[in-house]
Amino acid sequence: MVETQVVIVGGGVTGAGLARDLALRGVSCVVVEKKDLTAGASGANHGLLHGGGRYVGNDPEAAGECAQESALLKRLAPQCIEDTGSLYVAVAGDDENYIADFPTLCQRCHVPAEPVETAQALEMEPALSDQVIAAYALQDAAVDPFGLTLDNMAQACALGARLMTHTRLESLERDNGRIVRVRVRHTRTGRETVLEPQVVVNAAGAWAGQVGALAGIRFDMVYSKGSLVVSQERVSDRVIHRLRPASDADIVVPGGTVSILGTTSVRVASPDTIYPEIHEIDTIIDECARMMPSLASARYIRAYCGVRPLLAEGSRRGDRTVSRGYHLINHQACGVGNFLTITGGKLTTYRLMAEKTADRVCELLGVREPCRTHVEPLPPSEWGRWTEPGKAPRQWVKRSDPSDWILCECEMVPRTTVEELVDQIRREGEAPTLEAVGMRSRVGKGPCQGNFCSQRIAAHLYQAGVYQGREGMASLVGVLRERWRGKRPLLWGQPMVQYEFQEALYCALFSLDLETRGRDVQEAGA
Amino acid sequence: MSGQLDRTTVDVAVIGAGMAGLAAALFAARRGLRVAVVGTTGPLIFSSGFVDLLGVHPVSEGQVWDDPWTGLDALARDLPNHPYARLARRDMEEALDVFLDFLGAHGLAYHQEKNRNLWVVTAAGTLKPTYAVPWTMKNAVTAYEEKWPCLLVGLEGLKGFSARQAVSSLQRTWPGVRSCTVAFPEPGREIFPEQVAGDLAAEGGCERLAERIRPHLGDARAVGLPAVCGIHDGGRVFRRLETALGLPLFEIPTMPPSLPGLRLKNLFEEALPQEGVDCRLQHKVLGHTPLNQGGFLFDCGSQRPTFQIQCRGAVLATGRFFGRGLLAERTGVRETVFDLPVVQPESRSQWHRKDFFDPQGHPVNRSGLAVDEHFRPLDPSGRPAFATLTAAGSVLAHHDWMREKCGAGLAVTTAWAAVASLADLLGQEPA
Repeated sequence: MVETQVVIVGGGVTGAGLARDLALRGVSCVVVEKKDLTAGASGANHGLLHGGGRYVGNDPEAAGECAQESALLKRLAPQCIEDTGSLYVAVAGDDENYIADFPTLCQRCHVPAEPVETAQALEMEPALSDQVIAAYALQDAAVDPFGLTLDNMAQACALGARLMTHTRLESLERDNGRIVRVRVRHTRTGRETVLEPQVVVNAAGAWAGQVGALAGIRFDMVYSKGSLVVSQERVSDRVIHRLRPASDADIVVPGGTVSILGTTSVRVASPDTIYPEIHEIDTIIDECARMMPSLASARYIRAYCGVRPLLAEGSRRGDRTVSRGYHLINHQACGVGNFLTITGGKLTTYRLMAEKTADRVCELLGVREPCRTHVEPLPPSEWGRWTEPGKAPRQWVKRSDPSDWILCECEMVPRTTVEELVDQIRREGEAPTLEAVGMRSRVGKGPCQGNFCSQRIAAHLYQAGVYQGREGMASLVGVLRERWRGKRPLLWGQPMVQYEFQEALYCALFSLDLETRGRDVQEAGA
Repeated sequence: MSGQLDRTTVDVAVIGAGMAGLAAALFAARRGLRVAVVGTTGPLIFSSGFVDLLGVHPVSEGQVWDDPWTGLDALARDLPNHPYARLARRDMEEALDVFLDFLGAHGLAYHQEKNRNLWVVTAAGTLKPTYAVPWTMKNAVTAYEEKWPCLLVGLEGLKGFSARQAVSSLQRTWPGVRSCTVAFPEPGREIFPEQVAGDLAAEGGCERLAERIRPHLGDARAVGLPAVCGIHDGGRVFRRLETALGLPLFEIPTMPPSLPGLRLKNLFEEALPQEGVDCRLQHKVLGHTPLNQGGFLFDCGSQRPTFQIQCRGAVLATGRFFGRGLLAERTGVRETVFDLPVVQPESRSQWHRKDFFDPQGHPVNRSGLAVDEHFRPLDPSGRPAFATLTAAGSVLAHHDWMREKCGAGLAVTTAWAAVASLADLLGQEPA
């Protein structure tokens, strides 16, 4: 049994932020995550730190919160943010009334917005279309959601919190109107752990309904899928928003050396097994190209999608009008006194959501320590450092060691980085698989999307004795399948050429298509 | 407009210098036709060296055939549009014989067992059915079949090849296989197959490597190495190393591009001119003009046209996406030289399935050129696009060479058929 005051279910940015908030108040907690940190919506979003401008039309409350929280995070977590600023642009044919109302709407929500002459906008962002008819400068920025989550979790753990990844929640045992026991199981080793916390917080994002059900509580979630696409090159310095009521495919966010185009909003029945669909990607590209024409012929390296965890409130309207604000639910009314659910919200307001949740947790625990996350800087951690583009190559160049050969050539990740990652993953108590290395580094994120480096790193891990028997081959197949989801919608031009190489290597030559059929090809050959 | 360009006149122009194009050039020359081949041989180095004929059919059932010819009968029944369904076994056998004899005559002998597919070991330790293997890989087939105690040797610093990985996969059905890793030519640095081949060819090279392997031999009856045993030396390095080890040796192709591919490329570049083929390699066809008297005038060069080829007929063997014979655009698949209609799924959303390893395979891989009984590509109305243009190899529609494991066989046998019918068509016309 593990002693802890609080169990947090879900290793997204909200769960990690809550763990840090509680840890700073001296409250012990365990974060239980069925996959890995940021495996849900926290790792599948735009990486946009909303300044609020997007919501001034339909959700003034969310707009105001975004404006305040984004300003706070720029100050307290600068290592996770590229303060790009943003341009809101309308193109010929866009709703003139919205354009005219925009400055007033912004003012009402305390979202700063400066008008920009169209000629000047083109000078600031040369990729913009000459069809731009109005432009405003606002204060949105790019944020690294992986780094943000990892930094929060790292500080929480430094202060005594515990993280259990690849650990599935098995049961929430109730007695006398309280959850008294939490059973969890490691998905790989099968080992069960029993936790007896005083409070349980459900921060499971799109899976919050499933967690609630384990405590016998029913609430309906709306699953709204959003798809995004990553261009090979960065097309703007600033975040570019379409100046119109929030709609599909109207934001282009720069991040490091790429740009991310999105999003869509598609109702799905389940948060599992979702795919970025080809028609969604085409819509995104066509719409974004109206703001920046070069996007119509740009090269794209990856598509992905996430599910927005929205709480259904009998709303039959489109998902864009379901509040993007958060919901903190105390389940006392349903007969469970020490169980809270935090859901909805957005990346930008994760800290505020964590603060409000921690306040309630502390109330239940009788702890009087105040929140400190709004004044205390978020310390940069070592946890996320290999996900930073350029980090591994810089170290490789500095080392200039001939035995330190490059394993992932697109992102220049050398052998020693992979070895350091293996050590780090083992310290975390996890298995240092191809997937785990990929999650914590740039491996497989470049233009080849894992074509060459998957087998190279699998071979390296076998050679280093990390993999035994068939496990590395299973991992290789798993990584190729996972990468495929993001490649499939983008296979024209050069990516189609690379796809054919991938098929020729892994199917025609290695015959993994036969191996994955479940029938034993070796037996057939024997 | 291009009056100043140097012009060559031939009977047959072959467009494309992959396996199908080079085989077509060879077959045309052997028929006594004047032939020129235009295309880049670069992609050939991505070949593994294995010559597949037919391993799997139907793809959706993953049925692997011991006898490729029985498989071909079933395939011809099930898929009447498949290029193989248009070929007679006699012609296919003759095509393969001529092709493999040609390779053998130029120092790259192949091993085959006519009516039986062979199981070969890949760098990942998986097994793959194929029809003919370079003779440096033959002992792998025997060693696996007989389950000899065997040592797979990895080389330190050779990326993408781990003897431990291969053995981990193979040991389930081959308990006697073991691995070791040695440093050659020296420890502590990245090495490349070409460079290792060079070091082995040097004085005492094979003996030094054999020295490092010897302590690990134990009860091994054969030794496997990544394909590093010489580039294009008629097998000298391979035989020297085998002698130095005193045991049967075999090579396993490394991740492409690999030496077995480079050996093929070098062989063709050297041997085809000796066959009388006018090789215009590393150039491509940039423009075409159909001639009134039949045939074509092709503008060729690397970036801009620098020479012309006038021909009575042509074989289009430009390959698929990797070979640049087909171009995928967001809105559809195009053929790159003549803009011929391409048989393809209705929309891009049907090109690929959601699971990369979907047992059905991906529909876009069956896209390509539809042809008539003479292997002539069709125009939009379903008639031959040109009287004397035939097509061969993977650019053809209705096959999935990667899932059917039939790449080189399809290239060689359809090249044979495309050349044969073009010869017929040219013979019927006034010269």
